[in-house]
Amino acid sequence: MAGKGLAGMSFDLAALRRQFPILSETVNGQPLHYLDNGASAQTPLAVLDAVRKYETTGRANVVRGVHALAERATQAYEDARSEVAKFLGVTEPKEIVFTGGCTAAINLVAYAYGQLLERGDRILLSELEHHSNIVPWQLLRSRSGVEIDVLPVTDDGRIDLRALPDLLTARTKLISLAHVSNVTGSLVNVKTVVDAAKMVGAKVMLDGAQRAPHGPLDLASLGVDFYVFAGHKTYGPNGIGVLWARRELLEAMPPFHGGGSMIGRVTFAETTWAPPPRRFEAGTPPIGQAIGLGAACKWMRGLDWTAAQAHEMALAQRAMDGLQAIKGTWLLGPAGLQDRYPVVSFTLEGVHTHDVAQVLDSHGVAVRAGHHCAQPLMNRFDIVGTTRVSIAPYNDKADIDAMLEGVEHAARVLR
Amino acid sequence: MTEQLYQDRIVALAKAKTGDGRLTSPTKSARRDNPLCGDRVTVDVRLDDRGKITEVAHQVRGCLLCQASASALASVAVGRDAAGVVELRHDAERAVGREQGVAREPFAAFAPVASHKSRQDCVLLPFDALQDALS
Repeated sequence: MAGKGLAGMSFDLAALRRQFPILSETVNGQPLHYLDNGASAQTPLAVLDAVRKYETTGRANVVRGVHALAERATQAYEDARSEVAKFLGVTEPKEIVFTGGCTAAINLVAYAYGQLLERGDRILLSELEHHSNIVPWQLLRSRSGVEIDVLPVTDDGRIDLRALPDLLTARTKLISLAHVSNVTGSLVNVKTVVDAAKMVGAKVMLDGAQRAPHGPLDLASLGVDFYVFAGHKTYGPNGIGVLWARRELLEAMPPFHGGGSMIGRVTFAETTWAPPPRRFEAGTPPIGQAIGLGAACKWMRGLDWTAAQAHEMALAQRAMDGLQAIKGTWLLGPAGLQDRYPVVSFTLEGVHTHDVAQVLDSHGVAVRAGHHCAQPLMNRFDIVGTTRVSIAPYNDKADIDAMLEGVEHAARVLR
Repeated sequence: MTEQLYQDRIVALAKAKTGDGRLTSPTKSARRDNPLCGDRVTVDVRLDDRGKITEVAHQVRGCLLCQASASALASVAVGRDAAGVVELRHDAERAVGREQGVAREPFAAFAPVASHKSRQDCVLLPFDALQDALS
């Protein structure tokens, strides 16, 4: 099935879908309609092949060994780092730190960059952050006495940057925000944030978990200082994530975890640290996962994202239109497609979000329901949770239509 | 599978809303949250001088399974003390497959939940709240 995106470009959807073997699965006797990409995206053959190649022809530990397999593994691991750098639009692979995930990357920054902060310094977050961009800062607050400020959220689910001037102070050291909301899909205006941060000398970190799955980035032009994302949401393996940070920041930061590989020299009197990125990769890293993520980044760079994003957003519009036509639905997030990504959250009056998701499962439709690890945002709108449809380039109209049919079914039988 | 999960008996229990609401002057109250999904159950009980429930009410901010369970629990809780509620919980745990044995009514209705591990806590949350209230 060849489709046309909103931009009118050819987009060979059938060929794309063939790269994802899991899409031909059946669930509860129905074809799988996987619309839970915001939680975990599916993995193409290119990634599976790369991991299998490592596991079957080059499995060994990295950095330390001198034998042939260790050399292969180390080369593949460092090649993966270079692929991630290319995907992020940065020239220096040594600014890429592999972590255990996106949450682990934020915790790394909260701990290591947090060591450079002093009591009374301030961190600025927003009301729509994932818990993984809230709790690490609260832990830092407990340890070191930093203060946390919170940008509010507008009625249409965007970070309200009009509050920036009031919330930024000379003590604000870091602004850490979701690049794209995992609930509303809204895209933050990075330029506004970076310009404001510069006025007070604050650093900017973006949680790219929901942005990275939708195409390569150009961090050099974004002007941020830290960027994190997850492997499993970007068509790669589980157990791998990325922290990118400017070299001078990484060099200034102390280690997060101690152990093998991250040291310069160890004595019982004193230990010195390896330079970044090894300083932050203590112990044996998730090697196969990193290689898989490198393959995912390479695979993503090979996709026509102008067409892919147009296709994704056309599906998002189809979902929004269809949901709004169902009596009792309420959509949380921007009304249109401007400055948003293909995440559509909704409630169905009189039916709990988990019940909606459970009925959708009987239609073969996988979605996420609940608070999406964003309880402050749920509180902001005085709701328990939402049902969330999150779209990837391999989704098609049949996925959206099955979801709409399932929601109508839930409304019929559970209200 | 899901069609079985939302069988008529469970839907009927939820819609019956037995014990739905709050008591004006409860002897004890408790609130329990499910941190994974954000569901919340608040339970009020009035107790006699032997610790037996004379009146029970619940406010559920949760899914259909949680509502049905709270409703079922309220329908059989009056006259029981803390040990009696533990007995009821065993029935619920048996129904959802967490314990061996045959569940008695009304909790036998929850048998389809046994194959949905992620939803079993939805059934047990009202028990958590009531047991907290009685502790």
